[in-house]
Amino acid sequence: MSSTAITRTVVVRNPNGLHARPADMLVREANRHQSEIMLEKDGIRADCKSILSLLTLGAACGTEMSLIAEGADAEQAAAMIVELFENGFHELE
Amino acid sequence: MKFSDFICEKAIRAQLGADNKRDVIDELVDSLLEAGEISADEKADIIAAIMKREELGSTGIGRGVAVPHTKHAGVGKLVGTVGVSVAGVDFNSLDGEKVQLFFLLISPPDRPGDHLRALENISKQLRGETFCRFLKQSRTAEDIRQLLEEADASQFSG
Repeated sequence: MSSTAITRTVVVRNPNGLHARPADMLVREANRHQSEIMLEKDGIRADCKSILSLLTLGAACGTEMSLIAEGADAEQAAAMIVELFENGFHELE
Repeated sequence: MKFSDFICEKAIRAQLGADNKRDVIDELVDSLLEAGEISADEKADIIAAIMKREELGSTGIGRGVAVPHTKHAGVGKLVGTVGVSVAGVDFNSLDGEKVQLFFLLISPPDRPGDHLRALENISKQLRGETFCRFLKQSRTAEDIRQLLEEADASQFSG
């Protein structure tokens, strides 16, 4: 099976940071893809398919993280998640 | 951030009596009122705000855990309480499971960072199987208080 790992840099743009609601949105998006999708902050990785895991990052507004997607639909998954971050999880005024 | 930084010990509730979402939130907000963390005339407003947040999506984040919360100008700093339901409450959790562990948080409107750090602490501790299991087995507020203290001292790490 051929799978390619895709890495993208994402920045938390919404003022309230990656709290429960954005984390929920992230999990829902991640679960639409087969790929393994991780977020890495300061060497700590969180699984984008687990809200509990994402909340352990405590990622505040302005935090820069690496998004790593690996699997058949990695490219697509990464693109959708990058968009969520860019749109500030629809919390930007 | 540690539990002791935001959990009001006097408000901790073991053996919650409520068996539905509205009542469990009411019971937990009451615990903060009785502990003197919020005032009586703010209670209804706080409960309404927490329920409104739940409508946007349940704060039942899985593994039998929920973190109902709101921002409210009635608090000067982040305050929270812990409640344990022996039977579990239907909370429309993201994973569909009943919720046994509740961490209710009220934060001042201008302090999103504190709320985030509290969530970070709660989620980190609850990922530990032992802490999660012991908390669900707690039957007295003192059991819960001790567990939180041990978690703050990193007794469950690893």
